[in-house]
Amino acid sequence: MATNDVELADQPLRHPGHSAGLLELFKWRFLLNLLVKKELRVRYRGSVLGMIWSYVKPAVQLMVYYVAMGQFLGLGRAIPGYVVYLFSGMVMINFFNEILSNTTRSIIFNAPLVGKIYLPRELFPVSSVWVAFVHVVPQIVVLIVGALLMGWRPGIMNIVGGVAALLVIGMFALGIGLAFAAFDVYFRDAENLVELLMMVAIWVSPVFYQWHMVADVLPKWLFTVYQTNPLAMGVELSHYAFWMPVEGVIAPGQSPADLLPDNVTTVWLLGLLVAVLSLVLGQVIFHRLEGKFAQEL
Amino acid sequence: MTASPDGLVMAELTNVVKRFDLRHTRSIKEYIVWWATGRRGQLSDEFNALDNVSFTVTQGESIALLGFNGSGKSTTLKLVSGVMLPDSGSVRVRGRIAGLIEVGAGMHPDLTGRENVYLNGAILGLSEQQVNERFDSIVAFSGIEKFIDTEVKFYSSGMYMRLAFAVAVHTDPDLFLVDEVLAVGDEPFQRKCIARMKQLRAAGQTLMVVSHDLELIKDICERGIVLEHGRVVLDAPIAEAVDFLRSTMSD
Repeated sequence: MATNDVELADQPLRHPGHSAGLLELFKWRFLLNLLVKKELRVRYRGSVLGMIWSYVKPAVQLMVYYVAMGQFLGLGRAIPGYVVYLFSGMVMINFFNEILSNTTRSIIFNAPLVGKIYLPRELFPVSSVWVAFVHVVPQIVVLIVGALLMGWRPGIMNIVGGVAALLVIGMFALGIGLAFAAFDVYFRDAENLVELLMMVAIWVSPVFYQWHMVADVLPKWLFTVYQTNPLAMGVELSHYAFWMPVEGVIAPGQSPADLLPDNVTTVWLLGLLVAVLSLVLGQVIFHRLEGKFAQEL
Repeated sequence: MTASPDGLVMAELTNVVKRFDLRHTRSIKEYIVWWATGRRGQLSDEFNALDNVSFTVTQGESIALLGFNGSGKSTTLKLVSGVMLPDSGSVRVRGRIAGLIEVGAGMHPDLTGRENVYLNGAILGLSEQQVNERFDSIVAFSGIEKFIDTEVKFYSSGMYMRLAFAVAVHTDPDLFLVDEVLAVGDEPFQRKCIARMKQLRAAGQTLMVVSHDLELIKDICERGIVLEHGRVVLDAPIAEAVDFLRSTMSD
């Protein structure tokens, strides 16, 4: 029933069309949940294999990279447990790319709703993040099974590292995605820019190679910049979670710290800061541009 | 319940101006060329969709926005709902606002009728529990019980509209906005829709309606606001407002 009269009289007059953005979404979790279900359903309409595609695509990708990078270029001989090394990084980049491409199109994609009914518009990019998460879970399962077969014995800190990797990548990608989702309403070129970013993503993080190969080539300050990018951080955290606890990766008498750069604490704190800042900035940009969404669509 | 002039204010528009620009360009390249060549010429045309509009809606009132195409009726509803923001002036509202701004905007063809009821209910601001409680009543109103677990893409357009309408009239907001769609479907269902609107009206539901069906509007609303090129030209009891509009039509 409608808010009863006494309560209604107590409510102040408010300006419609203003929301607290991401902070308000908790109230909308019922709708958020339904939007995620809808997006998953729509994605796989008319598809026989459905969700199985989320296994097939990364599996093919992994095979190609493993043969090309690991065997032809010989990286597999230099890095023990290269399959796990490679895949643990790829999963994070796939997560990043999926969030970014989904969020960027999320407002355009929901144009009929955005233009006709007022809802906190952040609902759409955020539901895209959940959809990306649903897609990354099978990949993580495959990763864990593969790692277990190769003798993965994680400690509690490794698990924490894996969760932290997803969080950092998720915040960073949502931040960029919010900004691009808003740009996309005004200029469809945003989608091309995002494709460019996605192409670069896998190379600016140590997915194929190891961080010290970058340190050997780049000047120190530039290497620090490289390290603080949340993608490199997420991938390295993922290595820490899934690759390092694999049997034979850490030589006898060594510890995981020996495989990480000396300044790892500092750059990871900075990387976290960059991820949080990108989320805040993305929200601010989104908020400033959303006022004209309805008339631009 | 009759509306009193000193009733609780549900919506208040004060000197509202809404400008639209009809942008000619759509790509960054064109924009940069335009910018780099000294920003000559207009990239866009501007016009005022609403120009200094002020009025107040109090609880229990049913207001019709009248006017010809392009007079700013729908824009006014979009400002009240929050879909659009005013360029100057202020719009303030109280309570939960929902409506039939466009029946079926939240419907998705790949979901079943049941799933769409939940999705639409949530979009219009209902909680899960509220949808659960009203589900049977919504389905009964729509009259498509047999097809509720069928994907909506297999519905006829009439069934589609009936379901969407049924959800909307069960949302029970504090301020109900209706744009053009007072009635959908075949004749019997249309009668049902109109009966439901009158029932809401009699129960003291605050309504803001946009429609070109003047006879119907006379039946449902008590006050009419006539808009012309984005300006309020008359704010009067509905019969007077309808007569005024008809007289300008014959000019």
